[in-house]
Amino acid sequence: MESTAPLDKTASPDLAATPHAPASPVIRIEPTRGWVAVRLKELWAYRELLYFLVWRDVKVRYKQTVLGAAWALLQPLFTMLVFSVFFGRLAGIPSDGVPYPLFALAALIPWTFFANALGQSSNSLVNSAHLIAKVYFPRLVIPLASVLGGLVDLAVACSLFVPMLLYYGITPGWGILWLPGFVLLAIVTALGVGLWASALNVEYRDVRHVIPFATQLWMFLTPVVYPGSLVPERWRLLYNLNPMSGVVDGFRWALLGAGAPPGLPLLASALASLTLLVTGAFYFRRMEKTFADRV
Amino acid sequence: MSDIAIRVRGLGKQYRIGGGNRGPYRSLRESISDVFKLPFRRPASTDEETSFWALNNVSFDIRRGEAVGVIGRNGAGKSTLLKILSRITEPTTGRVELHGRVGSLLEVGTGFHPELTGRENIFLNGAILGMRRSEIARKFDEIVAFAEIERFLDTPVRFYSSGMYMRLAFAVAAHLEPEILIVDEVLAVGDSGFQKKCLGKMENIAQHGRTVLFVSHSMQAVRRLTTSCLVLSGGEVVYDGPTAGAIREYERLQRLDTDMAPTYIANPPPRHSHIAQASVVTSGPCGQHEWGHPLTFRFTLHFTESSQHFTFSFQVMDEQERPVIHCYYIHPVTKADYALGPVERGTYQVECHLPHPRLYMGRYTVTTWLTNRRSNQLIEKLSRILAFEVTMHEQPREEYERQPGEAAYVEDWAWSPVQPVEIGV
Repeated sequence: MESTAPLDKTASPDLAATPHAPASPVIRIEPTRGWVAVRLKELWAYRELLYFLVWRDVKVRYKQTVLGAAWALLQPLFTMLVFSVFFGRLAGIPSDGVPYPLFALAALIPWTFFANALGQSSNSLVNSAHLIAKVYFPRLVIPLASVLGGLVDLAVACSLFVPMLLYYGITPGWGILWLPGFVLLAIVTALGVGLWASALNVEYRDVRHVIPFATQLWMFLTPVVYPGSLVPERWRLLYNLNPMSGVVDGFRWALLGAGAPPGLPLLASALASLTLLVTGAFYFRRMEKTFADRV
Repeated sequence: MSDIAIRVRGLGKQYRIGGGNRGPYRSLRESISDVFKLPFRRPASTDEETSFWALNNVSFDIRRGEAVGVIGRNGAGKSTLLKILSRITEPTTGRVELHGRVGSLLEVGTGFHPELTGRENIFLNGAILGMRRSEIARKFDEIVAFAEIERFLDTPVRFYSSGMYMRLAFAVAAHLEPEILIVDEVLAVGDSGFQKKCLGKMENIAQHGRTVLFVSHSMQAVRRLTTSCLVLSGGEVVYDGPTAGAIREYERLQRLDTDMAPTYIANPPPRHSHIAQASVVTSGPCGQHEWGHPLTFRFTLHFTESSQHFTFSFQVMDEQERPVIHCYYIHPVTKADYALGPVERGTYQVECHLPHPRLYMGRYTVTTWLTNRRSNQLIEKLSRILAFEVTMHEQPREEYERQPGEAAYVEDWAWSPVQPVEIGV
């Protein structure tokens, strides 16, 4: 089992006895079998690297595209416009008592964050092959960095709400205080799915072809285009096991007061998210030893 | 006990080599169809054929403050050992104890991004190597001065020349100050002036009481930097002791290894297109070839599919594994280079004839490449086959022995007679 003794303990008693030798960490390397501990403490020790990788991705992304920061706005904006025309007006899909554009936007913003995070994280390990082959750091940092990188875009996209809410004359209620919680849930969900996708992609290289298709299907399984109330009562619980449905419903409720307040459906969804995250972390750690040899 | 920096016991690393259609990674499609094939699967072939041990039962101790070299020919397991000690790959057996903060330099410029500036890449690369941001900031000026790129700090790195890029990359890496430093031959970069600087910096690090583990092919660098060495061969430690002895052992192994036959037979033959047999036709028996006599290389190629895009080439390598002669196939009629022309599935023979080879005395081997030019895929590469030895018995000075470091190529020369001449004062 791989382990790193924390800095204030020493591995052998002799080390403490020697007057000039400082207490140094001991790293033991041994073959691991089966399930491996996640080691959050080590991840915390590498937080600066995480910061730099996120910083690098954001900086490069914003430097490279002509549109730069505008892209983070344009993606949800144009999707909202198209949805409003075709689903809202022409197809006449109900929108929980709020104007359809707002209804769609409130869902599109967390959804775009999730879809992008899934796409980026599934390729993250393979794209970082050059790093993985040459330097040691907890590999969890890589998909984590690609998910957290999307937060900047999420923040930029959220600014779209301000003119939209003003235009429609809607003021958010106290529910808005829940918004950071829903952002956190979005991160947990994106991370959970991202860990699974990135680890699977190293072993099964065609996963990355499945992702765009799966993401599209997933969007229709989530109340983005339509309200959750459209789903018949007896399927509701199964439907709410979708980790993203809690996020999307939550965003809508927090920003617009639309839909039901947080309750059992949210709990189901949140539990599903957490399960994905924990199982994803363990699966990732278990497969981690094969990354350098396979990527 | 307390002064051991690195302790390795029984370390082994086993790799599976892909046989048949299983490459380094699989696809979900294959895995799913494998499940269906399960009832029909024949018993698996023995693992001996599809795996090999890159490292086998390696054990050694390195004391704090020692500078130890790791030498061995290509494929001996040096890189695998470093990868395991750097925690990049996991061992199959054995264990390692590292006492102290470890810094690994397996490559220079890891993580550099071309869009970011020199300044930004210093922080990024430093963080990737394991330095804290405060540490990088503290050493920033030193790093920039070492790399000599003050004027270009704020230009994106993609505008740097390769020399500047390497200097910057090495400068960051050189300021890593771990207690244990593991270095994989990163000194072969830059011009000789910079190389001297790098060597000096490495010496500096070693003298400051840090433990250094240094893999290199340069005996000169190893002699200068290290006091003792490990020699690896075939995944095992064959020598662990003072550097001078290690270098002698390494050279002895080099000479031994090339006592191979001047013929090659693929056994067992792989399932893709390959070289079934090969031989070098020398002027004398047992791979002995007299200098200047015509030399013929004969290859029997087996193709498992028809194509017009196969290309074939080979290089003759000297004892230091430096390529000396490069022969690539040129069609004798069409003069099209590289491509063997359209071939149907089957077995073919092709010969390469050198009428007057200029190889100097010594031992040589051949490395071949069989590729598909259209898909740019390397189908088969055979390294160090067809060992033969060039002798110069017909030349004057027949008792002369080959000295290490001599050139592998003898050109025709003509010297003028010695003539007295006056130079103006």
